[in-house]
Amino acid sequence: MIPMAVSDAPSAPAVRAVSLDNGLRVLVKEVHAAPLVSVWCWYRVGSGDEPPGLTGVSHWVEHMNFKGTVNISRDQMKGIVEKFGGTWNGYTWIDQTTYLETAAPSALDQMLFIEAERMTNGLYEPEECESERTVIISELQGGDNDPDQLLDTEVTATAFRAHPYRHPTIGWVDDLRAMGRDDLYGHYRRHYVPASATLVIVGDVDADDVLRTVDRRFGRIPAGTSPVRRRAPEPPQVGERRVLIERDGTTAYLKFAWHAPAASGADFFPMLVLDAALTGAKGVNLWSSFRGMPPQRKARVYTALVERGLASMVSGALIPTAEPFLYSLSLTATEGVSLASLEAAAVAAIEEVRARGLTEAEVARAKRQLRARLVFETDSVTNIAHQLGYFATVAGDGYFERITAGVEAVTPEQVADVARRRLARDQRTTGWFQPLERGA
Amino acid sequence: MRDTAVAGLAPVRDVLSNGARVIVQETSFSPSVTISASFRAGGLYEPAGLPGLAWFLGRVIDRGTADRSAGQIAETLDESGVALKVSVNRHTLALSCTCLSEDFETILAVMADVARRPAFPEAEIEKRRAEIITSIRQDDDNPAVCAHEALQRLLYGGEHPYGRPGKGTIAGAEAVTRDALRAFHAGRFAPAALSLAIVGDVPPARALACAGDVLGDWDAPAPPERAVPPVPHPSARQCVVVPMREKPQSDIAYGFVTIARLDPSYYACWMLNNILGQFGIGGRLAENIRERQGMAYYAFSAFDPSVGPGPLVVRAGVDPRNVDRAVAAIDYEVAVLADGGPTDQEVEETRQFLVGSIPRLLETNQSIAAFLQTSEFFGLGPDYDRRLPGLIEAVTREDIEAAGRAILEPSRAAVAVAGPVPAEP
Repeated sequence: MIPMAVSDAPSAPAVRAVSLDNGLRVLVKEVHAAPLVSVWCWYRVGSGDEPPGLTGVSHWVEHMNFKGTVNISRDQMKGIVEKFGGTWNGYTWIDQTTYLETAAPSALDQMLFIEAERMTNGLYEPEECESERTVIISELQGGDNDPDQLLDTEVTATAFRAHPYRHPTIGWVDDLRAMGRDDLYGHYRRHYVPASATLVIVGDVDADDVLRTVDRRFGRIPAGTSPVRRRAPEPPQVGERRVLIERDGTTAYLKFAWHAPAASGADFFPMLVLDAALTGAKGVNLWSSFRGMPPQRKARVYTALVERGLASMVSGALIPTAEPFLYSLSLTATEGVSLASLEAAAVAAIEEVRARGLTEAEVARAKRQLRARLVFETDSVTNIAHQLGYFATVAGDGYFERITAGVEAVTPEQVADVARRRLARDQRTTGWFQPLERGA
Repeated sequence: MRDTAVAGLAPVRDVLSNGARVIVQETSFSPSVTISASFRAGGLYEPAGLPGLAWFLGRVIDRGTADRSAGQIAETLDESGVALKVSVNRHTLALSCTCLSEDFETILAVMADVARRPAFPEAEIEKRRAEIITSIRQDDDNPAVCAHEALQRLLYGGEHPYGRPGKGTIAGAEAVTRDALRAFHAGRFAPAALSLAIVGDVPPARALACAGDVLGDWDAPAPPERAVPPVPHPSARQCVVVPMREKPQSDIAYGFVTIARLDPSYYACWMLNNILGQFGIGGRLAENIRERQGMAYYAFSAFDPSVGPGPLVVRAGVDPRNVDRAVAAIDYEVAVLADGGPTDQEVEETRQFLVGSIPRLLETNQSIAAFLQTSEFFGLGPDYDRRLPGLIEAVTREDIEAAGRAILEPSRAAVAVAGPVPAEP
């Protein structure tokens, strides 16, 4: 048995990239390992593109795009892919909105039909918009049931002063109560144009067949104009910011956030290696890699806090984004440990890395972990298609293929440098969730 | 490999001379291997007075062996990018992970050592004990977990292995000793209780040889089987409220005790559940509660038959003011499906969906390993993925209607609500 080199991973070569005359970018990759095909349609619009007063509109629009089109009634929409045993879904985040179907290859034309309808023919019936308002508020309230998520929302809003990354993707509840059908439809028509979209098809298909079908389904959609992205720049942070939530609860949570580089920034790969050394490598697949625990038992923050009994859980998150977002470090205090002592120990561990950097062995381990995780997170047509579309949307063509080499090239000096510069106290936002005894 | 995928799985199954079962499926879609070692050592087998012992053992089993310190195990796993996961349910305790093909031998050797010779160092027990207690406290603040656990207690009783929470209680976690862990391990971990699935970019001959190397000399008597205690069948509706003052949303868990996995009506019940609370965005339940009434982001049902009769659980998260309306909507959909059965169109759509989704169930090495472990656990045979379409096709509308009449009865439902609602549901 000769171990397969990572460069031979199914995600690496042979992506057909084509732009239709109307500007729609199309990426096709044949993968014949299973009788499945995955279609993802990506739009370059997310909560970072929302004006004040309309926070959450991108996500609400995503919900409306499952509520029927001119040629597919709402009732039909959910049966089309299921007939082929397929699954469908969608998500919205700060830079992107995306829709997916994974099903048998015989469903491909129907999947492309759905996506073409979604791009042009959404109904936005007023009563459906109203009904969805309370569904989304329920989604928001469900999230707020989780103290860690509540803290995350508050820390993010505190870490940003001006940049629209500051508000949660789901929106502020008052905006969700105030906006209406015309706001939703206007946002939809502005952003759902071929020039703002990337269509990705990966699976047990013939690329030439796929491109012909894509042309038939999408070729006649008018080009439209891709909106220019105008986001307020974030002013430099000049001192530590803090937020304290005191509410009913049982468990104390601590969260740090620092300003992170964009995916295309020079610091991104060194930061990815730094995060892997601090909290264990997750990978870079937002769809599948941030569930479950990473390999982290030898990671710096884990050994400093979990192995010393101060935290029951640590996790770090560096997610690739179009513009500088946040690197966050989340800690759950072990029962009986105060947030003050947990924070002191966590800061000491971070300051140690800032002062002395990491050992060569730590950097090598972090890189090896990332190399493995990059393989694990492209183990299916659904995951490969996600990664191609995600990076085309947030970082441009060819970026995805460069990640493995980019990680490999990182040096211990670069890691020490980003730790020193980016994890400084005056660049930090610190959040506490301090539980109050129920009924107190 | 394309032909293999279309034709279905072709696992190689071997039983070592000591009774350990090894199932290997080679795949080529990723240069990685998923390993899953499942033991019949779940919560069912816990001794009286130590609820959560199996869970506790799962947290500490990989923290040091006779030959390897906790630090050495951590080093090997971390160097390979491997996160070893231990899952504990009512019947099994499973160690699982995914590794690069080139690390397969090293990782399998560590997993075998962890399963066979855990040392349970006292210092590790104390660290993990504090984590478990923290985790139970977190669950106490989670309305979804509270509602689900309250429902399990209503359906099965708090002492039944299907009724008590898998993590046990804080008192239980405080009572666990090193001797109790060692005794539980000695009593339940043996080659005859092991099913090892290896799925990925590794030839079966190499996988089997490696499994033989690390497990072949393991000699331990087969653990005794333990029957699932009898399950009560309530004759009246039961309701409970778990008050959680400041939570913005209430969680509802509503359910029935159903059938065992090997019951002949399994496929009819599976399709029934798909129609009630799975198809599309969540079957009839989501159509009513989410799509028509806009009350909830999630409304669905889950069907979980096991060795003994498992539950069918309806779940929804709603504004606290809408709890009564949501429970009424669940009652309505449950009663209508029980009375009238499914429509012909629903039966046909569900059949197409379930048959068509089999390749998607087998999309990744992890999902194939899970499928093979379930097949092995229930004795469904190595060709189960190929027999499954026929088993689904054979179910008639009348079968599903009969299953609905047998299971779905609002006057015998158990209803648990966790959230800031003082009123009875």
